[in-house]
Amino acid sequence: MGECRFGGWRANATPMPLPANSEEMPVSPMARTAPVPAATDPAIIRNFCIIAHIDHGKSTLADRMLQFTGVVENRDMKAQYLDRMDIERERGITIKSQAVRMPWELDGTAYALNMIDTPGHVDFTYEVSRSLAACEGAVLLVDAAQGIEAQTLANLYLAMENDLTIIPVLNKIDLPGAQPEKYAEELANLIGGSPEDVLLVSGKTGVGVEALLDKIVADLPPPVGDANAPARAMIFDSVYDTYRGVVTYVRVVDGSLNPRERIQMMSTKASHELLEIGVSSPEPTITKGLGVGEVGYLITGVKDVRLSKVGDTVTNLAKPAAASLSGYADPKPMVFSGLYPIDGTDYPVLRDALDKLKLNDAALTYEPETSAALGFGFRVGFLGLLHLEIIRERLEREFNLDLISTAPNVVYDVTLEDGTVITVTNPSEYPTGKVSEVREPMVSATVLAPSEFVGAIMELCQTRRGQLGGMDYLSEERVELRYRLPLAEIVFDFFDLLKSKTRGYASLDWKADGEQAADLVKVDILLQGEQVDAFSAITHRDKAYNYGVMMTGKLRELIPRQQFEVPIQAAIGSRIIARENIRAIRKDVLAKCYGGDITRKRKLLEKQKEGKKRMKMVGRVEVPQEAFVAALSSDDSKAKAKK
Amino acid sequence: MPGALPLGDPAPTDGLLPPQAAIGSSERRFGLYVHIPFCAVRCGYCDFNTYTATELGGGASQDQYASTARGEIALAQTVLARSGVQPRTLDTVFFGGGTPTLLDTDDLTSVLAAAIDTWGLTPGAEVTTEANPDSVTPESLMALAAAGFTRVSFGMQSVQPHVLKVLDRTHSPERVPQAVQWARDAGLAVSLDLIYGTPGESLGDWESSLDAALGYAPDHVSAYALIIEDGTKLAAQIRRGEVPEVDDDDHAEKYLLAEEKLQAAGMQWYEVSNWATSTTQRCRHNLAYWRGDDWWGVGPGAHSHVGGVRWWNVKHPSAYASRLAAGLSPAAGRETLDENTRTVEDVMLRTRLVEGIAVNRLSPSARKVIPQLIADELVDGGSAIRGTLVLTLRGRLLADAVVRKLLPED
Repeated sequence: MGECRFGGWRANATPMPLPANSEEMPVSPMARTAPVPAATDPAIIRNFCIIAHIDHGKSTLADRMLQFTGVVENRDMKAQYLDRMDIERERGITIKSQAVRMPWELDGTAYALNMIDTPGHVDFTYEVSRSLAACEGAVLLVDAAQGIEAQTLANLYLAMENDLTIIPVLNKIDLPGAQPEKYAEELANLIGGSPEDVLLVSGKTGVGVEALLDKIVADLPPPVGDANAPARAMIFDSVYDTYRGVVTYVRVVDGSLNPRERIQMMSTKASHELLEIGVSSPEPTITKGLGVGEVGYLITGVKDVRLSKVGDTVTNLAKPAAASLSGYADPKPMVFSGLYPIDGTDYPVLRDALDKLKLNDAALTYEPETSAALGFGFRVGFLGLLHLEIIRERLEREFNLDLISTAPNVVYDVTLEDGTVITVTNPSEYPTGKVSEVREPMVSATVLAPSEFVGAIMELCQTRRGQLGGMDYLSEERVELRYRLPLAEIVFDFFDLLKSKTRGYASLDWKADGEQAADLVKVDILLQGEQVDAFSAITHRDKAYNYGVMMTGKLRELIPRQQFEVPIQAAIGSRIIARENIRAIRKDVLAKCYGGDITRKRKLLEKQKEGKKRMKMVGRVEVPQEAFVAALSSDDSKAKAKK
Repeated sequence: MPGALPLGDPAPTDGLLPPQAAIGSSERRFGLYVHIPFCAVRCGYCDFNTYTATELGGGASQDQYASTARGEIALAQTVLARSGVQPRTLDTVFFGGGTPTLLDTDDLTSVLAAAIDTWGLTPGAEVTTEANPDSVTPESLMALAAAGFTRVSFGMQSVQPHVLKVLDRTHSPERVPQAVQWARDAGLAVSLDLIYGTPGESLGDWESSLDAALGYAPDHVSAYALIIEDGTKLAAQIRRGEVPEVDDDDHAEKYLLAEEKLQAAGMQWYEVSNWATSTTQRCRHNLAYWRGDDWWGVGPGAHSHVGGVRWWNVKHPSAYASRLAAGLSPAAGRETLDENTRTVEDVMLRTRLVEGIAVNRLSPSARKVIPQLIADELVDGGSAIRGTLVLTLRGRLLADAVVRKLLPED
């Protein structure tokens, strides 16, 4: 980093915030005049995203770019400026993408750089693919101490499929453990080119960031589109804002969008008035419109993100485009879980909370469900386990709810002997009659790990009914294994086991890959002869016994002794496959209760009585909420989500 | 370290009671509890408010204690009178500890004399002291009887030396029959305290203790399952794995054996942990606690109850002594029970008694569970139909569960 440039940055410390309707974009040290939105020649626009694994420093690098281009001042800089939600900041992951317009000058020309932030996690593959489709290029950001991870690899494949120009970058070169030569070689092998082409940066210190901005301008192709054609803009993100309603982020492909005109969503034909149009820099800044290749936001006053779907095409109602842009798909939930308030009276709070979250999350689906054991709740569909954990955490944190979430399960298609097909998203819906076929969703999974762990990984995948699709050595020590696995086998604790068997080195990526017929059965758990729907599970026949033994054993530990013996059974249909007993409690009395004991004892009894209120009754068996929580514990998946 | 005092409202320095205490006081019996906070050795299981001689000095010392306690009796008289509580003679007096008989006999009798001077004794009053078999002599017991004591309760605990050792009890088992005989000779009624379920105690050990105790022909037996209280030495030993954990099933087994043996010897239970040879031998002082009567508790950490007001004294003997020396009430905190809380206590305490709790004292919601309690054989069906809930033997073992079901819904 040159002294003069850093000095220039300080000299340019203009006061923030800018007037909201200003057309004067903040000027970077290198861009004396910033290109004006709605009047920017596509030739000086560069649209890019950053592909990186969680923790590889994407947000820090993005922050540094915001500083270096002058759109955010030093003193306004919150760490990880773009990740707005608390959960995102805490977990260091990005759930919702946003786009920021930054000016940057190279060889006397001012350019407009649009940085489109992408979610990094596999649960949000579809959102990632739409973000990529809004770009011409991608910065492939890899931790110089860790090398590329499976999720990054997956997103890199997506980017290359979208014909994006890739700029390989190694980050965190300031770390003592950095091995830039080794990983530059690895990146060069992956994307072609030479290791010397790999840029070395440190988001933390700012080293190499200017060179990267220069390279983005120099290497990435400008967007191409027909300015005179009917407007076509792709929605790559849609966010609910309490004050503004839905904020829709678009990339204009053809034509232009202008204030006050009526726009149309091409998938639904719904039309809205464009109340506001602008760009993020990174605060929203109203513009006179958006032209070919530009990236910005639209506000129409709608209140539900479902009316502004990611992947959809926006056109002008008066002069609509003939064909929408390709690549639109409805989000499809992959994992289901029952969410129940621990306090039954919180049910309306949960319902309202889900209604609110739905406004901001088009992928969230739910419907009311009743469980004999857990009372009233919702069966909620998620894109994946991380999505589940994020939603659950937001419900607990933002709405102050205590929740039980049932073990996550996938969707099964069950064909009865009479040919009827039933879609089962909840084990309790599993039909009792004769079943001729059960089909389960499959995934193709990629595992990257040091080669010494190949045996352990293969063993794990084998026990999870995986079929090895192929294996490649990325380098001498790093291997990529490709498996086809049932989704149900990876939704619970697969990632944790994978991590523990590889001392934390393995990384995993997966995507949906059709379905297969399998020998699946429903295992029920009975407490004193009463079925507890919350504990039922659909498993492969070979694993039913294991599930039965595991769950009955777990419950025996978790359910306190009662005044009578409580048998816990696991059953397939009417056949008992595992059994445990909770012995009757024989003594529940404190021996002494004299004058000085009375107050203390009374308080103890009242506390115990209060505790009983938190028990769920299964028949006559009192089951503490904690037992449900622990037995259905998604602790495993929580750990996974944090990786 | 003794267990903590309850949390309550602060007590006023003059000790004056809220008006509620006086209401109906002439209808209620009155008793006195005197806490003697000294022991020769602190037992490993004990969380009572008690200290060895070396732990205390100054105004809290053992030789000045009787005079301090007499000071509180004087204060009690003033406080009760100024609070509008009717003066009543003492129906029962109980010296507990600690080890009351560690005090000089003269000291003990001087405290009793002060109480008698202050309130007088109801004819036929019960006056008990707890005693360690080690700390009595024929002479001391004679002197106690002469001063007005009617009853002595010995901490026998077990006949097995290895059990006594785990409990840190210092007396030798042979000493017990001797002490019982001396008490009888002095004309005192005798109660024996037993503890079962000590780590390392077999069912056979417990049986031998019961047999031995019954062999000494006591009038009264208290048998307590060992409770491991937080903060005791025994709790620490169990946590460190030096001593095995106590086991509820073992306790249940031993309780049933106790019931069987004591009943066979002609003793009847009248409270979950107490048996007596006849209704007249039941401990009336303890019954007063369970029936909600009034009592004043003298001594550091002692609890009192008058007309729905409960309070407790500061815990440490030094703090206690200095409060009284300054003319202040030693009460640390108190609570005034509302109607619901009084019902809770009534249920909690009376359910444990053989006389049971009247169905009409229960809340409507509690009455609804009675059929289930009968069906589960926790309460006696016949008594319930006649209007009183009385625990069955099974119910006695699960008494806390029964009480929880009978507590009023708030």
